[in-house]
Amino acid sequence: MSVLEMKNVSKIYGELKALDNVNIRVEKGEWVAIMGPSGSGKSTMMNIIVCMDKPSLGEVFLDGVDISRESSRSLTNIRRDKIGLIFQQFHMVNYLTAVENVMVSQYYHSIPDEAEALEALDRVGLKDRAKHLPSQLSGGEQQRVCVARALINHPELILADEPTGNLDEANEYIVLELFRQLHAAGTTLIVVTHDPEVAEAAQRTIVLEHGRVAREVINEHFGAKN
Amino acid sequence: MKASHLPVYNLRHFPVRTAALLLLVALLAMSLFCGSIVITSLQNGLDSLNARLGADIICIPATARSKVNTDNLLLTGTTGYFYMKSGYLDTLAKIDGVEQISAQLFLASMRADCCSVAIQVIGIDQQTDFTVQPWIAQSYGTALGDCELAVGSRVTSGVGESIRIYGVNCPVVARLASTGTAMDTAVYCSMDTLRALLEAARDLGHNLQIDGDPEDVISAVYIRVSPDTTVEAVTNDINLHVRKVEAVSTRTMLSGISDSLDGVSGTVSLLIAAVWILVFVVLILAFAMLAHERKKEFAVLRVMGMSRRMLAGTALVETMILSAAGGVLGAGMGALVVFPFSTLIETRLGLPYLTPDAAQIALYALLSLAAVLLIGPLSSAWAVFRLSHVDTGLILREAD
Repeated sequence: MSVLEMKNVSKIYGELKALDNVNIRVEKGEWVAIMGPSGSGKSTMMNIIVCMDKPSLGEVFLDGVDISRESSRSLTNIRRDKIGLIFQQFHMVNYLTAVENVMVSQYYHSIPDEAEALEALDRVGLKDRAKHLPSQLSGGEQQRVCVARALINHPELILADEPTGNLDEANEYIVLELFRQLHAAGTTLIVVTHDPEVAEAAQRTIVLEHGRVAREVINEHFGAKN
Repeated sequence: MKASHLPVYNLRHFPVRTAALLLLVALLAMSLFCGSIVITSLQNGLDSLNARLGADIICIPATARSKVNTDNLLLTGTTGYFYMKSGYLDTLAKIDGVEQISAQLFLASMRADCCSVAIQVIGIDQQTDFTVQPWIAQSYGTALGDCELAVGSRVTSGVGESIRIYGVNCPVVARLASTGTAMDTAVYCSMDTLRALLEAARDLGHNLQIDGDPEDVISAVYIRVSPDTTVEAVTNDINLHVRKVEAVSTRTMLSGISDSLDGVSGTVSLLIAAVWILVFVVLILAFAMLAHERKKEFAVLRVMGMSRRMLAGTALVETMILSAAGGVLGAGMGALVVFPFSTLIETRLGLPYLTPDAAQIALYALLSLAAVLLIGPLSSAWAVFRLSHVDTGLILREAD
């Protein structure tokens, strides 16, 4: 069963085709990497997948729902209920502590539960840093809080945009290890990255060029690394 | 933690920014509160003076012109005295259109061994007085006895104490309600008491420049005009036919005061308007800059599932908290400025000034609060609109 399916999707800005007849399918529990140079359409694709933009042409099914036809309000609800987001720049709310950043995500989804939020921080190894503000956390720690924030509502899909782009090697390893754990637990992951090493951690890599899917690469060593 | 607490968390996390915005809003509330209190106090002072005056015409010796400014006779609070023969009372009573008439006798005590304080003493004829007695009656039920004094609200001596005037100890039996005028700095007694004090002053060798017998002088005559004539007609009649007496219409005095009051009120209103326009523009700019600064924060919240309405609500609650706190702070700061310095304000303005009662003050505080609660969100409306329509894709594009 597919969590995400894009059928003949194009996004056109004037004469520019940011996405040109893209067809992709991500199965439930799959870990997919999306690679491509700047201007290849990665961000446009992400915006559409996370319900922040609509395609000019084609259909996008997220967990069976055609999000290309939904209203703006409905898209907000879908994003809140089905997607967990991780950003390169972390984007934590800087006046909230680590645990509060996780709880904000809970609030918009259901009901804030501090115990559950602390448990999520425990999963990323940061329970003891729960009461720290973002400014008191290292980049790696902030990204781990973002992982906890993304997974707190048990989303159908976690979408990470250059999740290791601002991390050193040690923290990159920790974050990828967390992704492996999430994948092992059955979470569907889409990771947008420039880094071939990060892409190699995924099961499959979709390469975008000039708004089109240039190729798909199956990672034959996926099982071995995990 | 609740998301509804986000505004409070945000305000707490940026204390300098919060304090700056708070002060701006407080300035709005303070200017409105202080301005309202000053204008109302001036109006109350004029009303009080009008009510206390009771007379339509005041007649004084023509020679008094050189001693006091008759236009400002009731407001200057300068201690002084002047005298004319008491026979003028009968002459003036015979003028057509005079309905009620009563004489007053003035004496000024001195800063010397003979007197506790330098103060204006006013003797009233308790049989005929219609200006001071209704005022005294509010705080003292019976007529003033020998040597008894009723003191204005700003005289420091209280009931039960005595004031020594030219060696005579006069007990204070009543403290009068505040009028916001120079009447508050004077003391009142019966005509007999004042004549006794005149004698005492003369016995001590003070030259009071009394032409004749002290028993036969008065200082001023207060006249109420009958309804079938006009104040101007009676004033003119007196000035034409009674020599060595000057009649001054109290309406003329009041109209002068009223004009000054209008001028001051206009200036204060203009200042309030200028402060409000300036601070309103500054607030719009401040909120617009904040909106720009916080675009990412709200985009993250939008991505996490915050709806536009919730975002607008959160931003508005922040403004409301700032406005409410600023309003209370402003009214408090205003109270600290306008009340302790009311005497100074009155002196500087040179106009009757009567502070409103507690209920009216509370009303102005609430109105100031309500005004900033309206102006705060209004000044942030554009910023909130921009925030609620923030491009949530911004963050992702930024990382590309």
